[in-house]
Amino acid sequence: MPHDQHDHLSPSGHPYRKDDDTPLSYWQSMEIAVRELLVEKEITSFEEISAQIEKMDARSPAIGAAVVARAWIDAEFKARLLENGSTATAELGFDVGPMHLIALENTADTHNIVVCTLCSCYPRNLLGLPPDWYKSRAYRSRTVKEPRKVLSEFGVTLPQTTQIRVHDSTADMRYVVIPARPIGSEALDEAELAKLVTRDSMIGTGLALAPNA
Amino acid sequence: MMTPIAENKVLKAGTKVHIRAIMPPGHVRAPSYLRGKSGVIERAIAPFPNPEQLAYGLPAKNQMLYRVRFSAAELWGKAAEKPDDVIEAEVYAHWIDELDTVDAT
Repeated sequence: MPHDQHDHLSPSGHPYRKDDDTPLSYWQSMEIAVRELLVEKEITSFEEISAQIEKMDARSPAIGAAVVARAWIDAEFKARLLENGSTATAELGFDVGPMHLIALENTADTHNIVVCTLCSCYPRNLLGLPPDWYKSRAYRSRTVKEPRKVLSEFGVTLPQTTQIRVHDSTADMRYVVIPARPIGSEALDEAELAKLVTRDSMIGTGLALAPNA
Repeated sequence: MMTPIAENKVLKAGTKVHIRAIMPPGHVRAPSYLRGKSGVIERAIAPFPNPEQLAYGLPAKNQMLYRVRFSAAELWGKAAEKPDDVIEAEVYAHWIDELDTVDAT
């Protein structure tokens, strides 16, 4: 049998996940208590909470990619996006909610990268939930101090002639990077362009993909 | 000279500023690595209710939020990877002193 030697694997070949038979932490109990009180007092409902979670889970970097692709092909839209990220994004029909968005444009001599040193502020309406590393202490503390080293670990090495602008998202604004449009993408349409825009390229830890890469 | 920002005054982009080098306890939104450092206003964003009061359920006064630009050299000295790379952060008006008042009218 293929998995006989592996007692820690399920018949499907995946490791068993440990049951969560641990007591609730103080804050987990607090969250449940507050949630149940809010429902009991009819301030919200379980249906509303579930719907909100589904809405959050449905958001993905595809939304941000559509915004970037539009900015690449429409200079006037890009100008509006740089002027006011929230209203320009709403213009495309996306739900920006209470998000105050600042868009940052990468150019031949400027590279932008976003971090939240204090917590994990992230443009969720535009990019969905943040990757785990975005919330790690290593990323949060190192990016403001050694952004070039952090970028090199993401496989991005920038020339010394490029100025790096690190944006610490410390308060009410959220940030999205408009990566530079890749060379050789001139003939692509908006939908094809959007496929070149990765999540990391909009955080600033990556570049847009080259066409046909 | 360091001067607190006058009530109802909005600093213009390019104004030289200094972040207060104080260490109050509690929920504060000015990262400590910026305190005591000098930079320039990148832009004035808008007034927002002070999160340092909101966090405690206190009536929160609107405070102007600025983006302040610092050079890597100013923040990290010789340890900077490249002295003229920049770090920009959002800082509330009550954390900011104007560094010179030459342009003030």
